[in-house]
Amino acid sequence: MNYESVIGLEVHAELSTNTKIYCSCKNEFGLDVNTSCCPICTGMPGTLPVLNKKVVEYAIKAGLALNCSITREGKQDRKNYFYPDLPKAYQISQFDLPLCTDGYVDIDVNGEKKRIGITRIHIEEDAGKLIHSVMGDESYVDFNRCGVPLIEIVSEPDLRSAEEARIYLETLKSILQYIEVSDCKMEEGSLRCDINVSLRPVGSDKFGTRSEMKNVSTLSGTQRAIEYEIGRQSEILDNGGVIEQETRRWDDAKGENVLLRSKEEAHDYRYFPEPDLMPIVVDDEWIESIRATLPEMPDVKKARYTGELGLGDYEAGIIVGNKSMARFFDKCVELGGNVKAVANWLQGDIMKVVKEQDITFDDISFTPEDLNELASIVDKGTISITAAKKVLAKMFETAEKPSKIVDDLGLAQINDESAIEAMVNDVLDKNPQSFEDYKNGKTRALGFLVGMVMKESKGKGNPQIINKMILERLEAYKNS
Amino acid sequence: MKVTTEQIKHVAELARLKLTDEEVKSLNMEAVIEFADKLSELDAEQIAPTNHVSDIYNVFREDVEVPSYDRDDILKNAPAKARGCVLVPKVVE
Repeated sequence: MNYESVIGLEVHAELSTNTKIYCSCKNEFGLDVNTSCCPICTGMPGTLPVLNKKVVEYAIKAGLALNCSITREGKQDRKNYFYPDLPKAYQISQFDLPLCTDGYVDIDVNGEKKRIGITRIHIEEDAGKLIHSVMGDESYVDFNRCGVPLIEIVSEPDLRSAEEARIYLETLKSILQYIEVSDCKMEEGSLRCDINVSLRPVGSDKFGTRSEMKNVSTLSGTQRAIEYEIGRQSEILDNGGVIEQETRRWDDAKGENVLLRSKEEAHDYRYFPEPDLMPIVVDDEWIESIRATLPEMPDVKKARYTGELGLGDYEAGIIVGNKSMARFFDKCVELGGNVKAVANWLQGDIMKVVKEQDITFDDISFTPEDLNELASIVDKGTISITAAKKVLAKMFETAEKPSKIVDDLGLAQINDESAIEAMVNDVLDKNPQSFEDYKNGKTRALGFLVGMVMKESKGKGNPQIINKMILERLEAYKNS
Repeated sequence: MKVTTEQIKHVAELARLKLTDEEVKSLNMEAVIEFADKLSELDAEQIAPTNHVSDIYNVFREDVEVPSYDRDDILKNAPAKARGCVLVPKVVE
């Protein structure tokens, strides 16, 4: 039977605030275990949480970027469950009055625009980290992540394929990075998602029973996890079985999911209003002051690149998808650089070094002005592309001006036709056989001769001029 | 309102309480619920819902870091610890 898949995502993003959500401990990944902890985030009795204002602002900022309504009177609630990574035995979250509701995000599915609804965005605290001992029967608890602020972004069940879900997640990631509320480093767990999947016969408008999948923490994993789950459910339905409402855990290494909890074992969170925290009241003035901090959104930026700047869809997508690259590129454009050439350099040779050195475009040692200058001296024919690559490598090392590097390394291209002609004459005199070869149809004689002249010029002769000059001479001989 | 033995056992399980059968039987939960139900006799139609008993709102902290506790102090009350961590029985979900 043919099924349509119905998919909804719950995305957790850690906010990049300086401090935790309810205490002033540092919010940073990778610190030594239990060194960013205090009585509040470790859930000691008698402590009182105080909400970090920035968390509210970041959540509202995300809400505005995702076209949500902002809740004027919100509150926080306790979600109760026992697990060793949660020292209070409850997580402070938001139940019925999340900060943002009813938004949407437009995604681009192979050239077609699709609107995905955002049900809600709420704030909550992250739990700690358990390190399970491999041999023994104990676990080590690191509370550093306890109280790290999170936003949970819940989508409507509007996604219809694993690919759409992956694109949605990529889009969300790039928006959150653009508005600088989360670094969204999936490898550090700062962006994670739970996935709801159900199937229904094509043409049906009733939803099937859904399963929930936890522990998905890579973009490719998202797509594979959904494809796996669609396969699993189709097989059950095809064999006349029934889908159980259950929670499953994705195992990325094995590429399969396993049952975590059945419906009977489902958690009973017993939410109730958090008495230790006061309501959050948001007025127009506050919302507008947050709106004023929103930068150009990725889809608007991409439209500007493909429209005004005339970049191709693919290359515009690559630049927009990398925030620091886009920042560097925008600066180059603002300073009047050659748009296409700069875009090529950034995505090609510069990207390669950035990846190799594991840095961002913000950390590059030279400036957008320098890159514009490099593109411009190539445009003027002062240096060849091959020489320009050498200059670029030097720019990474020394951060010197391209023109100075060209002078220092003596890379300036020889464009003087009389100088080139002398070299061409010399090479042709030494290789009379090439004229015969060319006449007899061996066209590679041309390449050979151009190579010889390039060698003669120590790589500095303008290859276009050399090529043209030799071709004229060979053709003249052939037709004589 | 009737409270079944199963419901009592379920709530006890959620709260991680170990109750003997005698204790479950002796618990007069219906009386507790009846007592709370008294509230629903009040006509609250005209009263705006309150999210908090106090009328204070927007109590915030600025996002400024303060040095955390020394790890030894944080772990002082832990019944078991090793390698800078609290040690707990292995629970894998």
